[in-house]
Amino acid sequence: MNEEITVTVNGVRSTDQVEPRLLLVHYLREQRALTGTHVGCDTSNCGACTVHLDGQAVKSCTVLAVQAHDHEVTTIEGMADGDKLHPMQEGFRQCHGLQCGYCTPGMIMAASSLLDENPNPTEQEVRLGLEGNICRCTGYQKIVESVMWAAANG
Amino acid sequence: MPTMVGARVLRKEDPNLLIGSGTFVDDIQLTGTLHVGFARSTEAHAEIVSIDTSDAAALDGVLGVYTIDDFSDYGKVPGVPGMDRPVLAQGRVRFVGEPVAIVVAESAYIAADAAEQIYVEYNTLPAVMTPAAAMAEGAPVLHEAIGSNVLLDTPFAEDLADVFDNAPRTAVLDLHNNRVHAVPMETSAVLADWGRDKLTVWASTQVPHALRTTLSNYLGVAQSHCRVIQPDVGGGFGAKVQWYPELLMVPILSKWHNRPVKYVQTRSECFVMMCSGRDQRHHAEVAFDDDGKILGLRSMVIADVGGYPDVPTGLGLPTLTNWMASGCYAIPAIAAGHKIVATNKSMLSSYRGAGRPEATFMIERVLDLVADEAGIDPAEVRMRNFIPADAFPYKTPHAEVYYDSGDYAATLKVALELCDYETLKAQRDARNADPSQKLMGIGISAWCEIAAFGPRGALEGFGHIGSYETAQVKIQPDGSAIISTGAAPHGQGTVTTLAQIAADSLQMDIDKITVRYGDTDTVPQGVGTMGSRITAIAGQATQQASLKVVDSAKKIAAHKLEASVEDIELVDGHFSVAGTPSVSVSWAEVGWAGLSPTELPADLEAGCLDALVFAEATGFTFPNGAYICVVGIDRDTGAVEIEQLHLVDDCGTVINPLLAEGQVEGGVAQGIAQALFEEMIYSDEGQPLTSTLLDYLAPSACDVPEMTSIGRTTTVTPHNTLGAKGIGESGAIGSPPAVINAVVDALSGFGVKHVDMPATPQKVWNLMNNGQEG
Repeated sequence: MNEEITVTVNGVRSTDQVEPRLLLVHYLREQRALTGTHVGCDTSNCGACTVHLDGQAVKSCTVLAVQAHDHEVTTIEGMADGDKLHPMQEGFRQCHGLQCGYCTPGMIMAASSLLDENPNPTEQEVRLGLEGNICRCTGYQKIVESVMWAAANG
Repeated sequence: MPTMVGARVLRKEDPNLLIGSGTFVDDIQLTGTLHVGFARSTEAHAEIVSIDTSDAAALDGVLGVYTIDDFSDYGKVPGVPGMDRPVLAQGRVRFVGEPVAIVVAESAYIAADAAEQIYVEYNTLPAVMTPAAAMAEGAPVLHEAIGSNVLLDTPFAEDLADVFDNAPRTAVLDLHNNRVHAVPMETSAVLADWGRDKLTVWASTQVPHALRTTLSNYLGVAQSHCRVIQPDVGGGFGAKVQWYPELLMVPILSKWHNRPVKYVQTRSECFVMMCSGRDQRHHAEVAFDDDGKILGLRSMVIADVGGYPDVPTGLGLPTLTNWMASGCYAIPAIAAGHKIVATNKSMLSSYRGAGRPEATFMIERVLDLVADEAGIDPAEVRMRNFIPADAFPYKTPHAEVYYDSGDYAATLKVALELCDYETLKAQRDARNADPSQKLMGIGISAWCEIAAFGPRGALEGFGHIGSYETAQVKIQPDGSAIISTGAAPHGQGTVTTLAQIAADSLQMDIDKITVRYGDTDTVPQGVGTMGSRITAIAGQATQQASLKVVDSAKKIAAHKLEASVEDIELVDGHFSVAGTPSVSVSWAEVGWAGLSPTELPADLEAGCLDALVFAEATGFTFPNGAYICVVGIDRDTGAVEIEQLHLVDDCGTVINPLLAEGQVEGGVAQGIAQALFEEMIYSDEGQPLTSTLLDYLAPSACDVPEMTSIGRTTTVTPHNTLGAKGIGESGAIGSPPAVINAVVDALSGFGVKHVDMPATPQKVWNLMNNGQEG
């Protein structure tokens, strides 16, 4: 039995029929065609699926689509202002904070949320703040530099 | 126009990936796509008594459930007869996670539901979970056609008895290079659409052309009608060069159902279905004198390849290990052998470094052992044994391996200066004498590896059509350039690297250069990305193709300027007569003329500004480095913390220092993870205990230390026109022994001579308190 939900994603409101068990990440990817949010695990460890739900970073593999009913979601596709990258996106670009790019959307969403809570973190606070996101390519050095860049230039 | 090679150019790859516009396999949504689920073995070793698919088949939305009997028109996964693998288990399962049945359904959710409702009855057989158990008398044999769990046995060519009998000192080291997993953030993913006229397969692979060859042979379809597209790939690290059953079966399902079919592995599936790496045991014996000079080395490798050997990549790894047994050292006599053993684990194949990290770990642990036994500083022992800088090309005594170039002493010297080695040693001695402070240890790894695979013949044995890499440079009518390459990047930044090389050769703005890859219909035949080969070989192809195009372009410019071609110079994107830079034609004018017969000289044809080069290296390269790690160890908990990391690499010519740093940092993080956190662990019955990211400790940002300092020495290679050696795997190869040597150094006061990876707090605490790991 499907449920009807209304979710505003990146400012666009839509009403859809979903299975009650549908995960938010799959709703975003398949029903809203926003494939920038990725799935990297099945145990909520990797953070590739991180989006903002009412401004808070959440792992969208751990939220049911029905729980997003009447809420606002921001995904990686909603971060830039037209052609102007979000400072966190620009930081990752300037500092080579990405290689394969698979973890990057989730990493950027988690990192931007981190700066919302702590606009001037130390490098160690950045590392701790990104504990829930796994990157296999960069060794994190340049991700930390990217976040520090965004903190300084945001 | 600034020189691009050597500059910290920001990546051309990034803009799409940063805004969520990357295209990974699962992002491709074709109308009518069906989805796949697997029923996987819950037993490590068992006979299949029965498979009941009726409940699964009856579910709404399920279009088909298949077992191996349904694939009787198709062969096994390409391999060695007798130990080759059926695409689904056939009568017997040999590891937990081996696919037993496959479901096709309208959605991935339904496919997963259906897979859960496939009931398999097993007759459990005893499992062999270690090489020792597999080689024991009376052990159950996994592959009866072979008759033994020892699949390959390569004994020592000579036993070096004279060397060891007459040596002033000898020492022995047994070590286990732990089984780890690549954990690419994107798992295995494949989408196939077998339309009426053509098969198209989108795959998360490192080798699109080789995959096309395999698919074409396996499926019986002409290569002209089999297109493999490698879209964005979320990491590979060597674990995406294999012919996984899903890659072979998903196209067949598309054919049967006449609809696109997609399979994206879950992470839990990935841990057991995708090949693991390493898992070698080494028995190393070293002969040396009182000055710490090594006289001989014997190393026997036992590789645990799991339930089926990966052919050919996995089977070849111990050979690479033995090739590199000498490390950076002039060891006069070496005996190296190996056994490849089947056990009831998941399969084993290449993982970043692929055979060389294992050699490096062995020889760098041996050097510390010699230092310890002879009472000589570990840095000094290395200096005494290094291959001298004037000894290159250097042939190792035991194999047809020729090191190209290097100055190992210079590299180590830079690292020792960066870390202020003498001060560190004083700090260590003070701390280790003060029970109120954490223990401190210093570890050195002075390593070299083999890269730029490879010269002619290097990859043909691995099923590749050649060992070259390709680049085609084609000037567009507006003077911009499109480069197509057989390289198959998945995070390395190859688009940027090749564009930098072309920008210099073409004297063209890098923003006017596009690099295309990963589509067998549109890019030239290539090999793909693995073995730290692309910068060296595709880079050379790009440079040579660019220069060929420039030769033709100069003829066009000479025609337009009514000058002799020998007098034409290309500077900053403009062609002019030497000495008269004010009169020139631009790339735009030359590019247009190159496709306009009315503007061409008589000896050129339209399309002349188009060059394809198959570049072959003239030999392997041997990147090297010196890594120094400082650890602190909590005396109460055994927890190891990396306090400093000093990393000096020599990879020859560096095209983009920013990307080179990224490769080192990423590789080092994986090496640290192998040294301290990661291991594929199995129960005695063969159940994998680390098959999720909850249990398998892939590190996050707070687990990986800051890289304290990064340095560089440069010895170029003669084997390609760029002088580049490759750096993709260096970090993962060089770092584990630096960490473990530091841990052993810190624990030396407890009489500890060796710690196997990962050096977990439990292991370290036990060594401090009980004198043994377990």
